[in-house]
Amino acid sequence: MKRVVEGSQAVAEAVRLARVNVISAYPITPQTHIVEFLSEYCANGTMNARFLRVESEHSALAALIGTASTGVRSFTATSGQGLALMHELLHWASGARLPIVMAEVNRALAPGWNIWIDQTDSLAQRDTGWIQMYCEHGQEVLDSVIQAYRLGELVSLPVMVVLDAFYLSHTYEPVDIPEQELVDRFLPPYKPMFQLDTEDPCAFGSLVTPNAYMEMRHNIAMAMEEVLSLFQDVENEFEAIFDRRYGAIEPVGCDDAEIILVTSGTVTSTCRQVVDDLRSRGEKVGLLKVKLFRPFPVDLIRQNLTSAKKIAVIDRNFSFGASGIFAQEIRAALCNTPERPLSFGYVVGLGGRDVTEDVLEDIYWDTKNNEVPVKESIWMGLQEV
Amino acid sequence: MELNVLDEEYMTSGHVACPGCGAAIAMRFFLKAVGDKTIIVLPACCWSIIAGPYPQSTVKVPVIHSAFETGGAVASGVRAALDMKGDTETTVVTWAGDGGTFDIGFQALSGAVERNEDFIYVCYDNEAYMNTGIQRSSSTPYGAWTTTTPGDEWKKLRKKNIVEVLVAHRIPYAATANIAFPEDLVRKAKKAQSIKGSKFLHIFASCPTGWRIPSESSIKIARIAVQTNIFPLYEVEDGVKYTINYKPKEFPVSEYFKLQGRFQHLTDEDMKHIQKMVDEDWALLLRKAGERP
Repeated sequence: MKRVVEGSQAVAEAVRLARVNVISAYPITPQTHIVEFLSEYCANGTMNARFLRVESEHSALAALIGTASTGVRSFTATSGQGLALMHELLHWASGARLPIVMAEVNRALAPGWNIWIDQTDSLAQRDTGWIQMYCEHGQEVLDSVIQAYRLGELVSLPVMVVLDAFYLSHTYEPVDIPEQELVDRFLPPYKPMFQLDTEDPCAFGSLVTPNAYMEMRHNIAMAMEEVLSLFQDVENEFEAIFDRRYGAIEPVGCDDAEIILVTSGTVTSTCRQVVDDLRSRGEKVGLLKVKLFRPFPVDLIRQNLTSAKKIAVIDRNFSFGASGIFAQEIRAALCNTPERPLSFGYVVGLGGRDVTEDVLEDIYWDTKNNEVPVKESIWMGLQEV
Repeated sequence: MELNVLDEEYMTSGHVACPGCGAAIAMRFFLKAVGDKTIIVLPACCWSIIAGPYPQSTVKVPVIHSAFETGGAVASGVRAALDMKGDTETTVVTWAGDGGTFDIGFQALSGAVERNEDFIYVCYDNEAYMNTGIQRSSSTPYGAWTTTTPGDEWKKLRKKNIVEVLVAHRIPYAATANIAFPEDLVRKAKKAQSIKGSKFLHIFASCPTGWRIPSESSIKIARIAVQTNIFPLYEVEDGVKYTINYKPKEFPVSEYFKLQGRFQHLTDEDMKHIQKMVDEDWALLLRKAGERP
């Protein structure tokens, strides 16, 4: 049934439908609505789950390392500073092969204090061994959280479902909220391969010498690689029941495009409009939305970008001393292909600044009118300070 | 003397503690008390090593190693998951050193106890970061040499009174215990297991390596710590009801200090100052227990 809900509620509904057993979270804007909805569901019996009201984000994830190791489905949500505080345990969760799911509402990092959208918080966690998916709208958020449990549990890896602060977390949209019975058909109960069990006592996470550590890390690498094909299988299963799919990437008019704009998150929606407008004026422009960031779908990106002359990667994030992070990753993906487009990198919308159609159209014309990029990273709309 | 301690062993030989390690002795007696329907959360501490490297384990109960500062939080999670699975029988234990309790893990511990999570938190206290090579912690006592309080920079600050901090949370049960008093230790562990909510056991566990003492004097020195009132044995119920379990006859603190390499630099003047502090603390404890100093 379609209901008009906030992005945050779409997350909470998905967590309910996934029959999560323990939620552990600490409040931080703009994630708060998610945990408020879930607290309510736990309190009024809508969910059969425990809500652990821990004293920090660090403890929120630590507690879930305990719950998931004891074999129950586990969820948390955070943003910005909270995710940064969790950093150590992000590595721990993947190293321990725990399929925890987290909703991460992108928030700019301080100082100065800023609660608005900026993807640097989650992208800075790219090496922690979490699967990462970036969402565009409320329906995708709901579907991705449900899929995240299926995918994470298949490979024993944690999953971060990422959504933009306010533009997605606090925006009301019509979202189809599926029947429990259908979700149960898609998502079977969690059966952990190993768990803390007094009948079968084992030690988890003991000291590992150089003789075995590398193999354990390689296993994680292989599991991540497996996600690339499993993601499609999971989407096939999901589509068969719910008639919706998104793709690890979504190419829009890339086949004949000379210039392709590459986006993630809610900027994608604005960009769809811009690409339509430019196309109607005869411009050969396409759009590539990147949803799956970890593992990075290198082959799909090569297949869809190599025919263009130029690409413009739009980053709402920045790695100081390098470039926008999507730009880095896409350049790295393309560097071993003999025929590849010139890649232009644009930095937009940090700390919640609006990314309008005009900004995106300026990016298109800048890419078209310059033979080569003026700079590795072009910051859009900087004001005189 | 007959010990009222089970013959059953839940800790195997082959552990990798130093000879005379108080922490190994503490675990052995503790497990005899609580039995094998127990899950241990093990934040970084000497026991991260003592438990044995992958794929071995020296204890016959499930162990989950965890990040240094997460003892209280991981145990909260294990408990919540067991509850959701309908298992209310299994005892959840966090087994942490003084660094993981007094310092880096304090926030998670305080949070878990404020929430009155149903678990036993055990701090085996060897009074410094021993696993990393004897660096001072907030549990290191006044007067001690460590590798980060060397020479004239020996620690001139008091040891944090962790039990009183826990008591201030109105924790259902908090107690001190000592490897030299195994019957008392076992009784307190069993009592903790029988109480619902958060329980805190502070076990004094000597460290021959870090204290610069011969390994064979590990128990003796732990016993003298009680006999000199440096580490009194007592328990507190619901944050208010104090019971002192052992009342030593007068015994000067110098008896304890002179046996240990870590205190060899202390002068008679220092010893007097320390005696005064220990007497003050003891008098305060007596008052809390409703007894006259």
